[in-house]
Amino acid sequence: MSAAIIELADMRKTYNEGTAVAAEVLHGINIAVHAGEFACLIGPSGSGKSTLLNLIGLLERPTAGSYLLKGRAIQQASDDERTRARLETLGFVFQFHHLLPAFSALENVMLPGLMRDGAFTRQQRANAKQLLSAVGLADAMDKPPNELSGGMQQRVAIARALALAPDLVLADEPTGNLDTHTADEVFALMRRFNETKGTAFLLVTHDPRLAARCDRVIELRDGTIVSDAARAETA
Amino acid sequence: MGFEWTVALRFLREGGMQTLLIVAGTTIGIAVIVFITGFLGDLQRDLIKRTLGVQAHIVIRPAEEVARRLRDAPAATAALPQVQARAQRLRSVDQWQSLLPALEVAPGIRAISPIAAGPGIITRGDVNKTVSIMGIVPAPYVAVTRFNDSIVAGDLRLDPGDVLIGTDLAKDLGVGVGDKVRLATPISPGDAYQVRGIYDLGMRNLNRAYAYVGLAPAQAMHALPGGVSSIELAVDDLFGAEKLAARLRHTMPHEVESWMQANPQLLAGLNNQTVMTVLIRFFLALVVAIGVSSVLVVAVVQKTKEIGILRAMGAARGRIMRVFLFQGALIGASGALLGCAAGYTLTFVMSDILRSSDGTRLFSARLEPQLYLYTLLAAVVLGLLAAVMPARRASRLDPAQAIRI
Repeated sequence: MSAAIIELADMRKTYNEGTAVAAEVLHGINIAVHAGEFACLIGPSGSGKSTLLNLIGLLERPTAGSYLLKGRAIQQASDDERTRARLETLGFVFQFHHLLPAFSALENVMLPGLMRDGAFTRQQRANAKQLLSAVGLADAMDKPPNELSGGMQQRVAIARALALAPDLVLADEPTGNLDTHTADEVFALMRRFNETKGTAFLLVTHDPRLAARCDRVIELRDGTIVSDAARAETA
Repeated sequence: MGFEWTVALRFLREGGMQTLLIVAGTTIGIAVIVFITGFLGDLQRDLIKRTLGVQAHIVIRPAEEVARRLRDAPAATAALPQVQARAQRLRSVDQWQSLLPALEVAPGIRAISPIAAGPGIITRGDVNKTVSIMGIVPAPYVAVTRFNDSIVAGDLRLDPGDVLIGTDLAKDLGVGVGDKVRLATPISPGDAYQVRGIYDLGMRNLNRAYAYVGLAPAQAMHALPGGVSSIELAVDDLFGAEKLAARLRHTMPHEVESWMQANPQLLAGLNNQTVMTVLIRFFLALVVAIGVSSVLVVAVVQKTKEIGILRAMGAARGRIMRVFLFQGALIGASGALLGCAAGYTLTFVMSDILRSSDGTRLFSARLEPQLYLYTLLAAVVLGLLAAVMPARRASRLDPAQAIRI
């Protein structure tokens, strides 16, 4: 098995810690995601999926437990270091696209590069064009997000998540508000990038159809992992 | 910084009407600040020029003669005879020639003009008028007082036997350029002089007050052989005249009087004006800053989701902070550029409209690059300061929460 990109040990998260309404939403999560994996996280609402994804995505800090990102303990790192790690290692796709309306589709895909390099460069442009062509949006590159359909926007978001070739893409219900047909297309796209680029994906989804097509299904219930199974390749 | 500038510009552009309105507000605020500042400066300069007339910025005179007591008695001792103040004779500034080299190299002094002035009578036919007979050397005198601007007829040359008089005096005497008048002083019985030029200082009493002759004839008429009654100075910094005068006072045994001491009322009036405009400018700047601040606070709320996504994608807190600081600076800078242009136009238009009763301009507009440069800098700083609070808010947003919205 290849090296773990993320490794969580006994991770706990308590909201409103130290107050009367303190609530532990994650009770000791142990999970590792390796390079090239295509995993999904399922579970009913309120099971802690989003919280777990936010912890993995370094958007929140765990209350207890250890987090190794590419072998490096990250949970105590400064906010700037964690931000940098997000930029360099992780990609995000959210349920509601979250493109920046002030930038064209192409520029949205170039944004991570702009953050890294401090300027729009020709190389970023070429890379972004390539990614947008790969998601089938070669003709819509210069359009602003509000002129794109939901499926198109989500494809731009995927291209953006991949812009800096991250090790792991975290997707929170990426097909949550798309119709079945479009959802399948978007899913297929992620699958393809997983296969061609070897990028690991961790998706949160409600859709059992999509879960069935992932290599690994992690089921979360009431803040605990109840099953974590790799599906047979042949299925 | 490329990321911050790019995002700041895009956010402002995306703001549309919101951005236009705040830039318009900033423009108006800064235009008025520029106008008031320029207007006040011009107005005060012109007011001083009119009021002072041919008064110099600093005048060096012989120290007043004091009657000294023959012996110093303790203050408690009663029955000391009263000491009568002495009459002030017309005397020369002692060793005035030796003062000149030091004055010439002293910093802040623009021009130096020796004057031999005293009382006299100007006569033509049956008409006698009292005047101050001013002995001047034209070139330095012009450098000190810009007297040449006031010549309305003839020219400013004072060969022996030439005299310059004011328009109103010329009318009273019924003379014009080329006519002869007679100048007399208590000491000299009088000589014929030819009117070489006529000046107009803009005030009737000033136009009747002086008769200008060369230095040498005046010295003879006032019994000041080789002497001068005063040395007049023009300074670079009008409002620094008193400071300079104080410095000079320590270096010479003469009386050194600045225009501020000589015209305390004028100075008080000018100071009140200045205080008023400083207050107005301060509150205008405050209003502009609050406007910028409130627009940015709204922008932060509007862009919460975008800030969250940028943070998630890998924009550090500092960068988000700078995105909003730069927006403040950009609003300030664009408002300042437009405001300076508008303020400049306003100054010239108002200079044309505002006229005193005699039809002359109340103030003459001048273009001062420094004023515009400082305004621009101040506006950028103001914009930055106004953006501090919204920028901090933006940078402190929790990305996980911001995205959920």
